[in-house]
Order: sequence, then C-alpha cells, then structure tokens
Amino acid sequence: MIELTADVVIVGAGGAGMYGAVAAAREGASVILIDKSMVGRGGATIMAQMTVAAAIGHQEPDEWTRHFADTVEAGRGLCNEELTGLLCREGPARIMELDGWKIGWAQEEGHLRQVTAPGHSKKRCVYVDYLNTGPALASTLRRQVKKVPEIKAISSLTIVEIIVDDGRVMGVLGINVVSGEWVSFRSGAVILAAGGLSKLYARNSGSTNMGGDGYGLALRVGAELVDMEFVQFFPIAHLAPRLVGMDPIMWDPFRYKLGGRLLNGKFEEFIERYGSEDGGQYRVARDVASYAILKEVEAGRGSPHGGCYLDFRHVPESRLRESFGPVIDRLLENGIDLTKMPVEVAPMAHYQMGGLRVNGSLETRISGLFAAGEVVGGANGANRLSGNAITEALVFGETAGRMATQVALKKQKKANLGVKKWQSLVQDTSRRLESTTQNSGPAEAPAPVALQAELQRLMSEKVGPFRSEEKLCSALEQIREWRRETLPGMHISPNQPFNMDLQDWLELRKMLDTAEMVALSALSRRESRGAHQREDFPDQDPNWEKNQVLALEGDVLTIRSEPIVRAPVEGTVA
Amino acid sequence: MKAISKPEESPGRPLTHIRVRRGGPEDSTRYDTFEVPWEEGMSVLDALIWIRQHVDSSVSMRYSCLNANACKECSALVDGKVTYLCTARLGEAPLTVDPLPKRPLIRDLVTDILPAKENPPSQSDHENDRASD
Repeated sequence: MIELTADVVIVGAGGAGMYGAVAAAREGASVILIDKSMVGRGGATIMAQMTVAAAIGHQEPDEWTRHFADTVEAGRGLCNEELTGLLCREGPARIMELDGWKIGWAQEEGHLRQVTAPGHSKKRCVYVDYLNTGPALASTLRRQVKKVPEIKAISSLTIVEIIVDDGRVMGVLGINVVSGEWVSFRSGAVILAAGGLSKLYARNSGSTNMGGDGYGLALRVGAELVDMEFVQFFPIAHLAPRLVGMDPIMWDPFRYKLGGRLLNGKFEEFIERYGSEDGGQYRVARDVASYAILKEVEAGRGSPHGGCYLDFRHVPESRLRESFGPVIDRLLENGIDLTKMPVEVAPMAHYQMGGLRVNGSLETRISGLFAAGEVVGGANGANRLSGNAITEALVFGETAGRMATQVALKKQKKANLGVKKWQSLVQDTSRRLESTTQNSGPAEAPAPVALQAELQRLMSEKVGPFRSEEKLCSALEQIREWRRETLPGMHISPNQPFNMDLQDWLELRKMLDTAEMVALSALSRRESRGAHQREDFPDQDPNWEKNQVLALEGDVLTIRSEPIVRAPVEGTVA
Repeated sequence: MKAISKPEESPGRPLTHIRVRRGGPEDSTRYDTFEVPWEEGMSVLDALIWIRQHVDSSVSMRYSCLNANACKECSALVDGKVTYLCTARLGEAPLTVDPLPKRPLIRDLVTDILPAKENPPSQSDHENDRASD
C-alpha cells in the first residue's frame, strides 16, 4: 500500500481545510491537504454568494461582543458559547488577513463595505461583488496554499476511515478515486474539514460531495457529535422557473440590497401571520421564514410549484443593474426578467448547525483528531445567522491548524513507536472494507446512487423542516434497514478507473450513519426550537435548553443530554 | 430485503435522447444512447445524473457544485463544443457528449484535469513524494 506521512493531515479542502493548511504550515508543520473532489473547488465555500459576518467596524462602530450577543440570541439558547466567542472574536483578524491576500472585498470611500444581514444588529457583513464571495475566497486560498512548499495538496482522493489506536489518532486511510488504489496517510494530527450534510436532502444548496463524510468518519472511531437535529433550511432558495449555471440561494443577496416582496400564491404578504415582520425589507429570521412558507403551502396558498413568490417588479431596472450588473444578464439568459415577473422560491437544505463535539481548541475526545468549519457542532446553536458560516470556516480552520500542529509536533518524538500497530490497523481496515465492496451484489441489485436518491426523498419527507414522532420513527426504521440489510449487498461496478459506483457506496455508508444521527436526535428532542420543528410538540420548552450528544457504543447509536457550554462575555446580554 | 422502489415515472414528460461516449483510452470509440425524460430548462448534467440514478450507474463524469457553475469541474464536449455540462441545456433534439479532446482520457466523460502536483498518489508514480522529511 502507498503510504505518505505528514505532521498534519487535513480531510476536505474547502475554506476551513485550506485555511487550516496555511495556518498549520506557518506554525512549522508539514501538511497534506486532501479533497475527494478538487482542492478548493468542492464543498460549500465556493458556493457562497455574499455575506461574511465580522465586527470589523468599518461601516459603523461595532464590537465582536455585539456579534457574539446576536449569534447567541439567534441560536435559541443552545450555542456553545466558547465556540461562538472564538468565532466572533477572531473573525475580524481573518477578514483583514484575506484583505491583505487581495481577495477583493467590496469597498467604498476607502473602507470595506458592510451590509446588514437578518439578525445582525449592525452593518457587519463584507462581500465580494457580484455574488462572487465564494469563488473569490476559494481562489484566494488556493493561491495561498500553492505558495507554501510544506503543503502537499491532493485532489481526487477520498478518505474512508480514520485510524485510531487507544484513543489517539494515527492517520487516515483513503482511496485514489482515479485508480482505485489504497493510500494511507500517517500523521500526528488529523483535521476533519469535510463540511456538512446537505446532500441528505433532495433539494439542497451544497456541493454534491457534502454527504456527511466528516460525521460518519468521526462517529465510527468514537468521537461524539452534538445538536445533529438542527438542519438549517434556507427559506428562499430558487424553485422555478428552471435556473442553471447559478446558485439556488442567490436571492438572499438580492434581498439584502434591494428588499423584494415575499408573497404567497394569492400574491398576499404573509410573514406577519407567523409572528414576525418583513414589510418588503428583509428582517425575518431563517427558521421563521421557512416555517411560514411551508405553512402557506400546506394551507393551499402556495405558488404553482409549491413555494412562494419573490417579487422585485417594484424595483427599477437601473437599480437592479447597479446592484447586480452581469447577474441580471445571466438571469435573462435563463428566461427570467425581474422587471416583469416574480420568481418562485422555497426552503432548501442548506447548513448543519450540529456536528462534531469539540473543546475550545477544536479537538474531539479522540486525541489529535480536530475539526474545522461546518463539520463542527455548537457555535450556532439551534439556528445560524446569515454570514456566520464562512467566518466559521476561516476562524475554525486557522485555529484547528495551529492547535493540531502543537499536538503533532509534540507527538513527533514518539512517532516510530507505533509503526507495527499502524501497519496492522491499516491492513485490517482496508481488507475489511474490500471484502464488502468486492463481494458486491448482483447487477440487478440497486446501485448506490439510486439508494442515495431514495434516502434524499425519505429525509425530505420525514426528517425535513416539520417533524413528528410518527414520521421520524418510520424514517429511522427505514434508515437502519438500509444500513444493515441493503448496504452490504449493493451492486458496485467491477474495478475500473474513476469508479463512481464505489465512491457512491463509500459515501452512502456515511450518509446513512449521518441520517440516523439526525433522525434519532430529532425524535429525542420533544419540543420545537430554531430549525427543529415538531408538529407534535409545537412549543419551545425551557427544560430542553440543553444539547444532545451522540456516540457509538458497539454498533448502537446512543444519545444523552448535556448542559450548554456557557462562556458569557462581559458587556453582552445573552 | 425490501426492494428499492423503481425510479419515479415521469408521466407527460417528452423523451429526448443523449449519446454518451463510453470507455477508456484503450477502448475503441463507443457511444451509448440513453432515453431521458425532458423538462424545460434541464441541463445536460441533470440528464447524466438521471441516467446514473435510473439506467446505468457506471457512467462517469466529474462534477461537484450541481448546476451552479461554481466548481468548473464538469467541462466536456457537447455536440463538438467545449462547454460545461451544468450550463449546456438539453433540448428536445438528441445531442452527443464527449470527453474533453485535449486532456488525457480516464474513462467515459472523465479526463485528467488536475494540476499535475495535485494528482492522487499511485504505485505508478516514480517520485518519492513524502510531505515531511
């Protein structure tokens, strides 16, 4: 088997992974940065349209403690305040470092331009025009990664297991996607930066590689996960007419800049009916907006494709062009003239608030196993504010890179002690997996990609924004049956280059682990809070102001409650 | 074991045809033609994903961002023109998809588009690439 070594190995090369690599290398680590797609092209970062929240105070006076208070309030009482504090305190330094790397943040009158996103009490969000924040960030970080000789970047390689011995990480085991060969990576520390789980849902705004890899990998080696029931649905994702070559969540920035009216199928404003206000502006929080839209649809007042209308017809064309320039032409190419027609929008799976349970150094309970970016649970509680995801990727990436390096360099002296153990663990793990994938089922058995689609439908119907005991129990039963009965007997095309069947199967394994975690947590939380809405328990219950923690005991997924990590910041009212 | 339900039928949707170049660099040129339910505004990538889910999962192509044209991984030839699978529209007329002609072919529509230094390690590499030393 091919074996590579480095001080720090990073799984996932989106914003968090790339920033982590740069940070680890400048602390003196050798780094291997791995992506199953292409470095800096997969994941969620590149999909970001606009807002990145940080209290740099360029547009108006602001403090990181205000950002903290806003985030904690939006998190409906469940934020891990240690992580929220880290996110808000370090955000400004990361934004300014990227400015120094010439990302091209939008500017005015000699300072960075900042806008207000819903839930932020200040003009706090920087961006890159036009709707170019994600691509600009990805290419800026790719440039930084390329500059550093201590970082070896590897694309088209998927990590299938973390290798752990006696509670300490030893490295990871992966497969070359192009050739199908096994490759092992021995390291002092591993950072999981594999993103979220939006692919579990039929309508989602993530890249196709975000099927919960990080959660499944970590669960299987004994790490804990927290708050997995909180899947954020992005309320106004594009629904109709069909749009290609554009991100479905692009309407959010339109609303920041231009307002835009949210109307039901009868062209009535409706957000006020659900205890919030909107008034053609954009003030309503994401969880409330998703709820309101789906309730209108349920009441028979939806738009033709099952969402609501977003209408900009009152905005003059000159203002549309001034704010969005070439984007207006790309919309016209898609047959959408905003001066003449409303578009239809509806909620879409967007972001996972829950994730790996880590300490303030972003380390899991497995020594040397760190997490960064969306895969981390807790910083955003039960509902994430717009603009916090990219900041989280940058801040957590940088912090995890530094902290992982400290651990790896300390361990280096003992590196030779575990060679034999390492080799036997790697051999056993690869043989075990190979015995399943090579004895795959007959050609008429379902293909992994078909079951992925089934799982997406199941999750959307039964573990979506509205949940009930009945729906969740039925989902759990089906997920467990698929995991135990169907997964081992699936048809995987025989060994061939770029074997997507094999990749789909490996991904499906993690998707089923992750789906079970989301469904079990959602079933166990008998209240409604933030992104978790139970039809059978419609109210928020103060007794449920606690986190749920998941772990594997043997083959059984267990769940328990833990008190919230509080770390109040002086001068804020949480 | 409960069978996976058959793909949802698409009543009322017209069918269109898509020819896909199959195989690797050693194989003689071969095309498979697939019948796909068509809807207004559909991309060629949508059609290929539909084929993988419903007809033949062994068809391979690169893509990551799913119709947003952000990742730029899905470039290929559609009716002889270099384009992105996610922005090329599928019409009601049949069309042909080939891999990029100037890149080394891996299989089906997948070509080697990685920067040389980012290639995944393989026994066939001669270099001894260790990140630390």
